[in-house]
Amino acid sequence: MSNNVPAELRYTKSHEWVRKNPDGTATIGITDHAQHALGDLVFAETPESGRTLAAGEACAVVESVKAASDVYAPLAGTVLEGNGGLADAPEKINTDPYGEGWLWKLKPAAIEDLEALLDASGYQRLLAESAE
Amino acid sequence: MPQKTPLHDRHVALGARLVDFGGWDMPLQYGSQLEEHHAVRRDAGMFDVSHMRAVDVEGPRAQEFLRRLLANDVARLAARGKALYSCMLNESGGVIDDLIVYFQEAGRYRLVVNAGTAEQDLVWIGRQAGGYGVTVRPRGDLAMVAVQGPNARAKAAGLLPADDEAKALALETFFGTGLGVLGGSVFVARTGYTGEDGFEIMLPAEHVVSLWNRLLDAGVRPCGLGARDTLRLEAGMNLYGNDMNAQTTPLESGLAWTVVFDPGRDFIGRGALEAQRTAGVPRKLVGLLLEDKGILRSHQKVYAGAAGEGETTSGSYSPTLERSIALARVPAATGAEVEVDIRGKRLKARVVRPPFVRHGRTQIPL
Repeated sequence: MSNNVPAELRYTKSHEWVRKNPDGTATIGITDHAQHALGDLVFAETPESGRTLAAGEACAVVESVKAASDVYAPLAGTVLEGNGGLADAPEKINTDPYGEGWLWKLKPAAIEDLEALLDASGYQRLLAESAE
Repeated sequence: MPQKTPLHDRHVALGARLVDFGGWDMPLQYGSQLEEHHAVRRDAGMFDVSHMRAVDVEGPRAQEFLRRLLANDVARLAARGKALYSCMLNESGGVIDDLIVYFQEAGRYRLVVNAGTAEQDLVWIGRQAGGYGVTVRPRGDLAMVAVQGPNARAKAAGLLPADDEAKALALETFFGTGLGVLGGSVFVARTGYTGEDGFEIMLPAEHVVSLWNRLLDAGVRPCGLGARDTLRLEAGMNLYGNDMNAQTTPLESGLAWTVVFDPGRDFIGRGALEAQRTAGVPRKLVGLLLEDKGILRSHQKVYAGAAGEGETTSGSYSPTLERSIALARVPAATGAEVEVDIRGKRLKARVVRPPFVRHGRTQIPL
C-alpha cells in the first residue's frame, strides 16, 4: 500500500493535500494514497487563474484510464495558477504527487483556515480507519 | 454474494483490485492498467474469462436450430472448428446477447456468451429449442483463459506436448480445436477480444490454476478487466450492455456485417430488421477521436449539428493512440465532425471508422 504522508502538509478527508508556502500562498494536490487508488492518470483539468473558490467546491478533475474524479478545494481563496505542466504529463500526479504533480496554487481567503484541516497524523489515522 | 472463478485466489495473491462484473468478483487490474494494456499490444497478456459461459448445443438438428436462433448464419461454418461472431436477437430485432459460436462437428456446436447475460440467455435458448430436439448444456464445469498479444500463441503453445503444440500453432484465425492433453478435455481457439492475435483456452476448472501458473512462468502478464476494456475499445469491438442492448438492433450497432439476410432463413428478429432497413436505419454506431483535450466517457451527449444529437456508448483514454476515443450512437446523417459535451463544455471530435488499433498498429489518421 502506498501511504506516503509528509509531516509538513495539511490534509482533507477527500484526500487533497495543502502546503503553506513562505509567501502566504498555498499549493494544493492529491495525496499519494489518492493517486494510488485512482491508478494511471491520463488527464487533469485544473482551475483557471483568478477563479474564486469556496471551501469544499469541486474545482479540478483528474482522470484515470477508467474514471474521472473531482478534486475539492480544501480552502477558500483565489486561484493564482493551475499546474500547466500536467497538460502534457498528467502521470506526474502518480510519480510525484507532492512535488511536480501539484494541481493549483491559491491565495487563501484566510490562511488560518488551514488549522481546521487534518495534520499528517490525523490523515494517517483516517487512512488506517478506512483500510479496516 | 458475487460469484468467484476458480482463479479467484490467484488474483488475490497477485494483488489484484477486484470489482463486481456481471455478478462476478473479477480483477480490474493487478498493477498499472496502462502497462497491462501495452503488454498485450507488444508481448503477451492473459485474462481470466471464466465468468463467460460456454454452452454446448448438440443434436441432429442443431444447425437448423442455430440458423433460427442467430442473426449470423452458422451454415457458413463449413470447416470443423470454424468460429463465427453473431448477435442473438429478440423478435423486435433487439440484441439479447452477442456471442461466438464454434462448429465442432456435424450436430455439435459450442456457444460462448457474456457473463452478465448468461442466465437469461439460457432461458431464451431453452424456450426457442423446443421442437428441435437439441440438448442445451451450460458448461459451468469449464474455466476459460484468454492469452493475447503478438507473442501469446508461441508462449502458450510452448507449454503443450509436441503434437498438441503443432495442432494449436496450425490453427487459422477464428478456428478452434480440441487437444489431446488432459484426456482430450481442452479446447483452444485462435479468437479473442483485444484486436491482437492469441488463444482462448477452455478447460476443466480443476486444471485452470495450473495452466495460469505455467503461463505466468512463461512470461505472460496477468491483465484485468480494465485493460480488457481499453483493448477491445481500441479494436472497435462492442461491449454488450454498453454499446448495444435489447433496445438496439445490430444495424444501429455497427454490426450489419454480422446479419445474413439469406433467402428462406427465418431467423428470430429478421422481420423487424427488414422493416427497419426498409424504413431507413435512424441511427448508427461510429468511432470518435477527441480533437480537444479531455477524456470521452460513456453517456456523454453528442451534437451532430443539423443531423441531431446522439450519445457516447463507450469512451476512454486510448493507451496506444495516447488520445481519447469513443463509440457513439448518432443520427444516421451525422457528418465527419461532432461536438461532445464533457462537463458542460462542447469539445470537438472527429468521426472515424473503427477499429482504432489492430495488431499493435494505429488504423485511423491522427
